[in-house]
Amino acid sequence: MTKEIIKIENLKREFVMGTETVHALRGISFSIQEGEFVTIMGSSGSGKSTLLNILGCLDLPTSGAYEIDGSSIKDLNRNQLATIRNEKIGFIFQSYNLLARTSAIENVELPLLYNSKVGSVERRERALKALEMVGLGDRIHHTPSQLSGGQQQRVAIARSLVNNPVMILADEATGNLDTRTSYEIMSLFQDLNKQGITITFVTHEPDIATFSNRTIVLKDGNIIQDNVNTKVNSAADQLAQLPKQED
Amino acid sequence: MRLLNLFKIATKAIVLNKTRTLLTMLGIIIGVASVIAMLAIGEGSKESIRTTISSMGANMITIRPGADTRGGVRQERSAMESLTLQDFEAIKEQASLLTSISPLVDGKGQVISGSNNWPSTIYGVNPDYLAIKVTDLQSGSMFTDAEVQSASKVALIGQTVVENIFTNGEDPVGQMIRFNNIPFKVIGVLEGKGENTFGQDQDDVVIAPYTTVQKRILAIDHINQVIASAVSEDDAPDAVIQVSEILRTQHKLTANEDDDFHVQSMEELISTFSSTTEMLTILLVAVASISLLIGGIGIMNIMYVSVKERTREIGLRMAVGGKGSDILMQFLIEAIMISITGGVLGVLLGLAATVFIENLLHWPTSVALYSIIISFAVCAVTGIFFGWYPARKASSLDPITALRYE
Ligand SMILES: Nc1ncnc2c1ncn2[C@@H]1O[C@H](COP(=O)(O)OP(=O)(O)OP(=O)(O)O)[C@@H](O)[C@H]1O
Ligand SMILES: [Mg+2]
Repeated sequence: MTKEIIKIENLKREFVMGTETVHALRGISFSIQEGEFVTIMGSSGSGKSTLLNILGCLDLPTSGAYEIDGSSIKDLNRNQLATIRNEKIGFIFQSYNLLARTSAIENVELPLLYNSKVGSVERRERALKALEMVGLGDRIHHTPSQLSGGQQQRVAIARSLVNNPVMILADEATGNLDTRTSYEIMSLFQDLNKQGITITFVTHEPDIATFSNRTIVLKDGNIIQDNVNTKVNSAADQLAQLPKQED
Repeated sequence: MRLLNLFKIATKAIVLNKTRTLLTMLGIIIGVASVIAMLAIGEGSKESIRTTISSMGANMITIRPGADTRGGVRQERSAMESLTLQDFEAIKEQASLLTSISPLVDGKGQVISGSNNWPSTIYGVNPDYLAIKVTDLQSGSMFTDAEVQSASKVALIGQTVVENIFTNGEDPVGQMIRFNNIPFKVIGVLEGKGENTFGQDQDDVVIAPYTTVQKRILAIDHINQVIASAVSEDDAPDAVIQVSEILRTQHKLTANEDDDFHVQSMEELISTFSSTTEMLTILLVAVASISLLIGGIGIMNIMYVSVKERTREIGLRMAVGGKGSDILMQFLIEAIMISITGGVLGVLLGLAATVFIENLLHWPTSVALYSIIISFAVCAVTGIFFGWYPARKASSLDPITALRYE
């Protein structure tokens, strides 16, 4: 049977700003099985990024429990969390977060620099492969300022794939892409998902959600909906149905 | 492996900020260069004092009358008559650590020959003089013990005297000169020794038997000094003690009476002069160190700015798996690389400055290896010390806080 890769229980995240307290997450619980493709939806400010940051071990909850792959993050120190981020998680930021004045390939190599098991030759090969997967094989020496928003986003996606993660956490990974490119990326994610990688995907677009097999909807820090998607669309098929691009 | 990666990252950061890095380095470069140059000047003058004194006879021991009242009021040495020929004989007989020994009486006066005259100093000694002063003859020969016994009016003269008296280039040996109107026959010429560090012309001398100088020129019975050679340079300090004991017995000094003479080895003389230059060196180096310190603060400042500027980068590095220690090392390596590179350039500039000082200002310099090693060590320590705090700060950030930093 499948195992729980993510399990959160009564998770709360509050931000104290002077005298005011912002309740970004108000005690939510769910679990994600290994191999699931989950989309998280919700209006702006509903707490999606906050949730994803906690799932990605970038942020800690104010209260509540979070178990990743069987171990509670409360029991892990900073270094162990760093290792989990490095080896198990591929994180795609809403704002890309690429290193300025640094080439695409070096940006993609970054996670592997912190993995002592990967040598420099293998590092370069894997980074190149990841960039080819997102269709940027011909842009490897461009720096972020020489790339379009969508291209930057794809570099960020390549970076999340390079460490062969067991789960990918994507915060609006297709937010800046046209329909065709976003379908290409979704098709890539569906392929990765078929290979057993767990994907948690934050999006605003309902059509993107149809490519996943489960949708969680947040509102004001609460889960208002958690549906299993019975009819999963294939991004590859949708892509084929798109009118041919003339260029 | 991991360290190598961190090196690459740090190098990249430095290369991306070339101008800024260079400006930061400038402080270190100037600091190190001035430390190297100042130490070279200090070492150089110390060494030149040492060679001068050694050329005067490294084993030489000087015995003078008068207490060793350093810094206190002293009597004119020649006015003191406490050193006698009996003392000299006693030392000569009893001191086992001495090889050569000679009394010394000296007086100033006019050297005259024909129509030339020249003010000089006459030293009355015995034949051991040459061995003690490690001086050779250029021509002629030294006077004999018999000539000392008979207080013969024979003399040897130094190069300066030769040049000023025998202006026509004739051979001085065999010629007659007069010193304060006493006629002397020149029997030898001393080889040239040049000026010593204190600007004294070592060739402006007339050497004659001490008996002759005592009787005919100074009309005294006592002697001004006793000069001697220790068996070896290492034995010199012991020889000093030995001579002191002999003289204390000779002068019948009781245990609570101070010495009425002063015995000094060259080593002691060297250290006296060295300590003066050392003081100066310390002062110079202190000033130079301040610029090194300012250079260090420059590094700290720039690392601090760098950490602030690159907070988001730090956040990202942590987000993709960089540990706090990786971040710490990255910034520390960066700081050390800046300071070490600055150190290398500083050493080169310091060496160049030293060559400049030596050739254009004609100051004696000597670059000691230790000054380079010290400067390097200081640079590395500066890098670690001033890079530590900003690096520590960077490494303790939370990934998400750092990523959100504006
Ligand atoms: N560091 C923070 N300090 C204070 N408040 C914060 C912080 N991070 C998030 N919040 C607040 O928490 C709430 C949820 O923010 P979050 O970024 O999770 O929204 P979101 O669902 O990702 O929105 P969007 O779709 O616009 O990206 C917002 O009200 C936001 O103002
Ligand atoms: Mg968001």
